[in-house]
Amino acid sequence: MRTLLELDAVAARYGPVQALHDVSLVVREGEVVAVLGANGAGKTTTLRAISGTVSRSGAIELDGKQLKGGPEAAAKAGVAHVPEGRGTFVDLTVTENLKLGAYTRRDRGVKADIQRVAEYFPWMLERGSQRAGTLSGGEQQMLALGRALMSRPRLLLLDEPSLGLAPMIIREFFRIVRRLNEDEGLTVLVVEQDARIALNASSRAYVLEVGRVALAGTSDELRDDENVRRSYLGY
Amino acid sequence: MVAAAFTDFMQQVVSGLASGGIYALLALALVIIHRSTGVINFAQGEMATLSTYIAWALIAHHAWSYWPAFAATLVLSFIGGVGIHRVVIRPVERGSVLRIVIVTIGLLVAINGFVVWQWSGEPQQLQSPFGTNVYDIGGVIVAAQDIGTIAVALGIVLLLWGLFQFTKVGLALRAVAVNPEEARLVGVRVSWMLALGWGLAALLGAVAGMLTAPTVGLDSNMMAAVLIYAFASAVLGGIDSPIGAVVGGLAIGVLLNMLSFLSQYSAFDWFTEELRLPMALLIILVVLLVRPQGIFGRPEVKRV
Repeated sequence: MRTLLELDAVAARYGPVQALHDVSLVVREGEVVAVLGANGAGKTTTLRAISGTVSRSGAIELDGKQLKGGPEAAAKAGVAHVPEGRGTFVDLTVTENLKLGAYTRRDRGVKADIQRVAEYFPWMLERGSQRAGTLSGGEQQMLALGRALMSRPRLLLLDEPSLGLAPMIIREFFRIVRRLNEDEGLTVLVVEQDARIALNASSRAYVLEVGRVALAGTSDELRDDENVRRSYLGY
Repeated sequence: MVAAAFTDFMQQVVSGLASGGIYALLALALVIIHRSTGVINFAQGEMATLSTYIAWALIAHHAWSYWPAFAATLVLSFIGGVGIHRVVIRPVERGSVLRIVIVTIGLLVAINGFVVWQWSGEPQQLQSPFGTNVYDIGGVIVAAQDIGTIAVALGIVLLLWGLFQFTKVGLALRAVAVNPEEARLVGVRVSWMLALGWGLAALLGAVAGMLTAPTVGLDSNMMAAVLIYAFASAVLGGIDSPIGAVVGGLAIGVLLNMLSFLSQYSAFDWFTEELRLPMALLIILVVLLVRPQGIFGRPEVKRV
């Protein structure tokens, strides 16, 4: 499989606080890769470094091309970032949120794509004119995912999608992510605090500790790793 | 007697709607900037005055006819508004709100000074494009100027509504107002959208100024009172609500004229023109105390 995303010795900081020290990772085309770690390990910052919403150093390449500049440039290059805590525009309608997802696109297929996305979330068609802020937490997370799909992303970044959602909703969310991956070959990099969910959803995973990659392997290997089990799976 | 009072009343309503339309335009400008940049633009009135002087100079010094001058002024004002954001506002945008407010106050003083320096403080006359005809509609005497003002204000509001509601740029402008961080993630160039907002606000102000000048006369302080009425309109309607700005503007215009209407009766004869501005400030105060989010605003929820 071709390498889609490559991070080489990436560091990032918020003002004086260094959040990432040295992160190198690879995501190949068509993979679902998880990033695990405790609070403050740098999971969210890793995603933010990729989408350019934090100042960073080191090399980040998407499909062999350097990702430079801010999030506008990353979005244009095909990175769709679903941030932590339901990234929707609460005052705008469901349909408007979806249209915004396609903001960087110049082609005429946007209307058709709303239909395509709605195959995964049929309720979005019926409730297209509902304000996003009045949706339930689970629906908002689905809408954030739907909006990301509208950009026809080459790479989907998911930040803690399970946060604050009921177990049933979480399962449904990851079922859809899996379908997207299997049916459409969507490449996903997912950050999760819940290691069990993340390892089940992914084929490979990285474990971060204080801004560095501490462990890497297939999700099956990591599930059986004693340290991972004790530290992140809790048995 | 009753019929005479009624036509009188209707006359005040119509002229109230005309001045209210102007307040609505300027209030809308304030709302657009408040939604995107998060501050009240104190220079909004002076920006409008400058635009109006440009229109006047094109007509008086360069022999343009009215509507081409009107259109050229809109274009220049839009470019000027974008320029003001890029050059003056953007450098302080990351700082505290107070810094931006102070910069807008500085702009107010600077533009006012520039206008006096360039065109002297002498009052000028900007012609009305609608003529001085009056029409008798069922006994109600209506000035062409009032009808034209209402029509232009309404037309501009509708155009703007269409822009926000039905275009990609409009959607991006609204997205930036709701959540600028998110907007960047979907690829919207937020900084340019803010500049665009300033351009639109300057354009709205230009229309308000050009509609104001024929009745009150063009001078460097012509928009000072109008800006206060626009504040009252925006606060009444909800400082983040475009619909609120329009409804608030019309309401303030009609309300103030109602007081003029009442002043012809002996019980209210104390209500003279001089009390209009204090009245507007009173409205601001009452709204802020009773319903700070305004009629159409949503209350701000803060988690403790």
